[in-house]
Amino acid sequence: MPFNSQTVLIVAAILFALGLVGVLTRKNIIFILISVEIMLNAAGLAFVAAGMRWGQPDGQIMFLFVLAMAAAEVSVGLALVLQAHHQYRSLDIDQMKALKDEVPG
Amino acid sequence: MPVLFYIASVVAIISTLMVITRYQPIHALLYLVVSFLAMAMIFLSLGAPFVAILEIILYAGAIIVLLIFVVMMLNLGKDTALQERQWLQPKTWVGPSILCLVLLTELVILLFRSPEVPMQVKPVPMRAVSIALYKEYVIAVELAGFLLMAGIVGAAHISKHRKKHLHRFLQEEAKGPQRRAEKLTMIREKESTEAVLPAEKKPVKKT
Repeated sequence: MPFNSQTVLIVAAILFALGLVGVLTRKNIIFILISVEIMLNAAGLAFVAAGMRWGQPDGQIMFLFVLAMAAAEVSVGLALVLQAHHQYRSLDIDQMKALKDEVPG
Repeated sequence: MPVLFYIASVVAIISTLMVITRYQPIHALLYLVVSFLAMAMIFLSLGAPFVAILEIILYAGAIIVLLIFVVMMLNLGKDTALQERQWLQPKTWVGPSILCLVLLTELVILLFRSPEVPMQVKPVPMRAVSIALYKEYVIAVELAGFLLMAGIVGAAHISKHRKKHLHRFLQEEAKGPQRRAEKLTMIREKESTEAVLPAEKKPVKKT
């Protein structure tokens, strides 16, 4: 049962769609961050598959950059989660709808 | 190799499905580890061993540890799971899921219309990857270094504890109930000192 490049790209698309569903349906900020990680990972898989289809290393290099970006993103995002939990005592994304100095109502 | 790819992709899809449906954050994180390991297996079967190792070290190692650290620091346990159970009603997730499913089917149909090309499982050696990384993409590597530096500084700046600075009108508004509470406690303390015996039986509630 040989596999071709479409199969890999379909797996990447399914994983990306699962991550998108997670972002859209969850209300907890930590779950949203996890789903964003899943989406980034799926995009990296598509890059690597495209690189391997031509036998070139460029896809893997793009995956390295996606990895660096994900690391920076998750560190800043978790700092924001800590601040939000400190201010609102909750991780509900619906509570954070007010601008600065605006009383939420 | 193809068999390995199929098994690993099925494991990855199932564990990712479990990640986005769990109520407890720590269970979701453990399934996420499984998903990343399966993804590393996919990379290995595609012939990219360097990326597979990086996936395990960086995703399943560093990023998961950061997330678990935050989950433990915020003490997200049974209460969070209960809250998630209340939030995740079918009327919340059915609509977005159907729309995403429509987009996914479109994408899959589009992918199937392209010509079929068998994947070659000849691995690209790490030497080629590193030579390309430091020859053609050296500027991008430096920019990634800038990005990581900005990420460190940004995280340190954001997670610093700050006093909340309100506008002066809002400050007075926020101080109003506090002053009232202070006055109330003062009055109660006065009463308790005047009427000695009943106050000793009833402890004064201090706000």
